[in-house]
Amino acid sequence: GALVPRIVLAGAASKGLPELPAAVLEALPGKQALIKRSYRPPNFETPVTYFNTQFTPNDAFFVRYHLANIPEVNVQDWKLRIGGESVEKPLEFTLEQLKSRFEAVEIAAVCQCAGNRRGMVRPQVPGIQWGHGAMGNARWKGVRLKDVLNRAGLKKGVLEVVFNAADSGMVAQTPDFAKSLPLAKALDENTLIAFEMNGEPLPHWNGFPARLVVPGWTATYWVKHLTSIDAIAKPFEGYWVKTAYRLPKEAFPMQERFLSQENQMNTPITEMMVNSLITNIESGQRFRLSQSIDLKGIAWDGGYGIQQVEVSIDEGKSWREAVIGNDHGRFSWRQWHFRFKPHKKGSYRLMVKATNRSGVTQPLQLIQNPAGYHHNLVQTIDLQVI
Amino acid sequence: MKTGFLFVNILLMASAALADESESGIQLKEGQGKALVAANCTMCHSLDYIQMNGGLLDKSGWQKTVDKMIKVMGAPIKPEDVDPIVAYLAKNYGK
Ligand code: HEC
Repeated sequence: GALVPRIVLAGAASKGLPELPAAVLEALPGKQALIKRSYRPPNFETPVTYFNTQFTPNDAFFVRYHLANIPEVNVQDWKLRIGGESVEKPLEFTLEQLKSRFEAVEIAAVCQCAGNRRGMVRPQVPGIQWGHGAMGNARWKGVRLKDVLNRAGLKKGVLEVVFNAADSGMVAQTPDFAKSLPLAKALDENTLIAFEMNGEPLPHWNGFPARLVVPGWTATYWVKHLTSIDAIAKPFEGYWVKTAYRLPKEAFPMQERFLSQENQMNTPITEMMVNSLITNIESGQRFRLSQSIDLKGIAWDGGYGIQQVEVSIDEGKSWREAVIGNDHGRFSWRQWHFRFKPHKKGSYRLMVKATNRSGVTQPLQLIQNPAGYHHNLVQTIDLQVI
Repeated sequence: MKTGFLFVNILLMASAALADESESGIQLKEGQGKALVAANCTMCHSLDYIQMNGGLLDKSGWQKTVDKMIKVMGAPIKPEDVDPIVAYLAKNYGK
């Protein structure tokens, strides 16, 4: 067992608000202490306090794996293979070749687990019981997937592009973690094979030496420790696309769909839903009447861009606009702040909601789905003014 | 005044435990079938997967989960061990 006592944080204690799952803080090698959800495979979330900066530090960035066989990739031995029935000439690249033969690009983008906040879904659903921190915002540098695919040459009739990785299950029968993208998303100029994060090589736990970056789409597509990319002419059959990561059809206002994987019942999750979070104050905090209260937070969506952030200090009866910070591109989250001076003592129920440039706003009621994806309920916190 | 996030920061610095040493610290609840669960459910993931989902599945929910582990994930669990495993999970980690 651990030599240093593990630390247990209680969830939000306010009456009437959904409780955050209790949390234990521990550090993976090379990482700060993060909120431990599972040891093996490692699932660790970022404490909200780190979201007070525009970019999330690499050593505090969340870690999510499905499968526990995670090799440390030796960059000398690593090659990225491009192939599949629908490429003209299969190719292989070392990391150096990838870096030197293609144009480098950098994009600021939110990487958010599809199941972020699952631990706050009511009624509860099984799976990793995440709080707010299965996400982060970083500057990702790499090469365009499109450029690499075009170098190999795509034949007519490509339907999907499949991504496989160095990690795998503990037994051969466990479905390997591989994902596919529809061709259009694979050819999107923003989709990258990234090898740097915030100006440094990717940390091991975030996909060293190269990972896919699919700005706007949930992190399940951001395959880590990439080893192969295959262009294929029929729908990919892998479990993590065909069965897992599914949403009821038409339940969510999604614009980009993965049509070749849709069936009668459900559809693959794709883009992130518009969302926001208060980052500097938590439920239960107390303030003096003479103090003015500075609320800070972030807002993001699936890449349409944040239009406005509104705050209510009277449980949603009236809303006022927050001041939105610098724009780091439509895939990055946007910081915002809102200052107010309470004029009487008592309890205040604060709410925050973001609206994107497509006019989509956060819901007041959760959109239920079996796996508890896309929790983007308007956040509510209780403050006491004394 | 509750110190909120400042408090969390101090705790972050105080915790230096390495995660990979800590899995053995997970304690499942005592009860009939515990050893069977420990023997069958640690091949692919740590037992905090069970604790984390404690209180949110009833007996049929645990049955479905164990079936999924066998049929989908390929867990090599003997047919005669399934009932006692599900009974332990439902009793100790049931809704
Ligand atoms: C052969 C591999 C394997 C074995 C053995 C196994 N599991 Fe799993 N289990 C998995 C995988 C893979 C996941 C998905 C992990 C993830 O997505 O984080 C999982 C996830 C879970 C979850 C999370 C909820 C869900 O449905 O995804 C629970 C609970 C769980 N397992 C319980 C058990 C129990 C109880 C046993 C023993 C009776 C067991 N597992 C044995 C592979 C296995």
